[in-house]
Amino acid sequence: MIGLQIRQVNFSYLNGLVLQGVDFSIEAGEMVGLLGPNGSGKTTLIKLVSGILKPGRGEIRLDGSSLGQLSRKSVARRMAIVPQQFHVSFAFTAAEVVTLGRFPFLKAFAEESEADRRLVSSALELVGVSELKERRFDELSGGERQKVILAMALAQEPKLLLLDEPTAHLDINHQVEILELVRKLNVERGLTVIAAIHDLNLASLYFNCLILLKEGRVLADGPPARVLTEQMISEVFSASVRVEPHPVTGVPHIVVIPKDGNIKQQ
Amino acid sequence: MRILIKLRRRKRLTLILLLGGSLVASLFLASAFGVVTISFIEILKMALNKVAIFDFPSTWRAVDETIIFQIRLPRVIGGVMVGAALATAGVLFQGLLRNPMADPYIICTSAGAALGATIAMILPINLAFLGFGLVPVAAFCGALVTVILVYNLARVGGKTPIISMLLAGFVVSALLLAIMAFLMSMSERLNLNLHSVYSFLFGHISVTGWEQLAVIVPLVVGGILVARFFAFHLNAFSLGEEGAASLGIEVERDKILILALGSLLTAAAVSISGLIGFVGLVVPHAVRLSLGPDHRLLLPASAVTGGAFVVVADLLARILLAPVEIPVGVVTAVIGAPFFIFLLRRTRREYAF
Repeated sequence: MIGLQIRQVNFSYLNGLVLQGVDFSIEAGEMVGLLGPNGSGKTTLIKLVSGILKPGRGEIRLDGSSLGQLSRKSVARRMAIVPQQFHVSFAFTAAEVVTLGRFPFLKAFAEESEADRRLVSSALELVGVSELKERRFDELSGGERQKVILAMALAQEPKLLLLDEPTAHLDINHQVEILELVRKLNVERGLTVIAAIHDLNLASLYFNCLILLKEGRVLADGPPARVLTEQMISEVFSASVRVEPHPVTGVPHIVVIPKDGNIKQQ
Repeated sequence: MRILIKLRRRKRLTLILLLGGSLVASLFLASAFGVVTISFIEILKMALNKVAIFDFPSTWRAVDETIIFQIRLPRVIGGVMVGAALATAGVLFQGLLRNPMADPYIICTSAGAALGATIAMILPINLAFLGFGLVPVAAFCGALVTVILVYNLARVGGKTPIISMLLAGFVVSALLLAIMAFLMSMSERLNLNLHSVYSFLFGHISVTGWEQLAVIVPLVVGGILVARFFAFHLNAFSLGEEGAASLGIEVERDKILILALGSLLTAAAVSISGLIGFVGLVVPHAVRLSLGPDHRLLLPASAVTGGAFVVVADLLARILLAPVEIPVGVVTAVIGAPFFIFLLRRTRREYAF
């Protein structure tokens, strides 16, 4: 079980402030969606939590210890990250890429053990890409790559999974497949999930806690019904929307209203 | 599945045996041929006698034994070390920078070494250190200083992006070569022996005895072992620096260690051979094409292949136009360049980033 505290975190790239006073906690076993327009700081926040970037001010605590004090390896044994864009240089096969997920557990000079190989093939199976394992990673389609990288992250046996727009470039069927799988892992294995996500309706359907970012600040934090209100969405995205209950599940469902109300009506 | 893994392991084993065999074969070939030809069986007998397990009656001239053990064998083993070191350095640089074009030359070690050597040739000092003259030592220092310079120039905001590394390499390399050209144009006033500069620039394995090897062999073999330690790290680096960090790699630390290791190996090679091109570029490519990109196999296989490649190239350099000796760098370029173009055209897709 893993808990995450983000305390008054500021972060700026060389050219300006990106995050300001971000402060929230995530309990072990939660499934949290990060929402916000492009440039609101979602990706930066994910990178800060993963320890790839260091906060300018404030502190991030993982399981009670400060992230900055932990070695990369001990962080990698607890959390895995699925980034937005992924390029793998050289002609590695999908299985070889997934095997990299075992890196934090391998000793110097070690070949992967039988147990490591089993974990790799069960990760491939879980994500449903076993048939791709001998294919070259750089020849796979975008959706297939995304799934192989997810399998790599799962081979890492993380307790916390960070996803940066896991569905960004995918068709709707792949989007749903990946979110269903992540939620299943969350429910069945207690995997803590933090995902930056673009699609408000998918966020509402699959996440039980949402954090809404605007210009590097947290604007709202809570269950979908509290975060996804008409007023909040129009404030953050400056789009006029209507929020209705989802016809099947009852969670908030966002319907966009064109500026010119009867644009297509003849 | 299990059978598949076994099959693949057997294929790997076969390839490793094949590579090892070709290295041994190249050692024999290079020992046998030259101005005088000595038969394989006699070489084998001489070698076994040396190990003192056997005592074959000598059917050969005493001078042949001197040729083998005092002249050819040191040079051949020097060739193995040069090739293994350059190929390993190539794998390290390519893997770390995720650039199949990176090799000891692009990272500037060569130009630094060349300038160091030229300056040493100008200095009116004649020192010797463990069988090395000042020239190789200066080459070694030049290579290391240049890599440190390039690395620091390339650092932007605490990070070392690959692009700025390559650009810094090009710029520094151009500057160093310009300084060299200047020194060479002033050769008369500076008392610079152009012939020795040329021989250094085009590569010439100048191992004259076992003392030099006593330093170089542990350095190169140790370097390759340490490189093998970083093999899985290099696999992880193929995900990019952020991807590597998320797998638990201390990116900045390991990057410096790998760069330093690659420079050390290059400098070790350069100090006994001058500049030999294409080994660090072509050998890792060819091995990667046949064995795949997994560095745990790629590193040792490239080292062995590189060793055999340089030994054969040096043999050709000695015998093709004997008694004139062609610079070995010319031979590696003549073999390497067309082969590289062939690879480039065949697998162009792999260079898309």
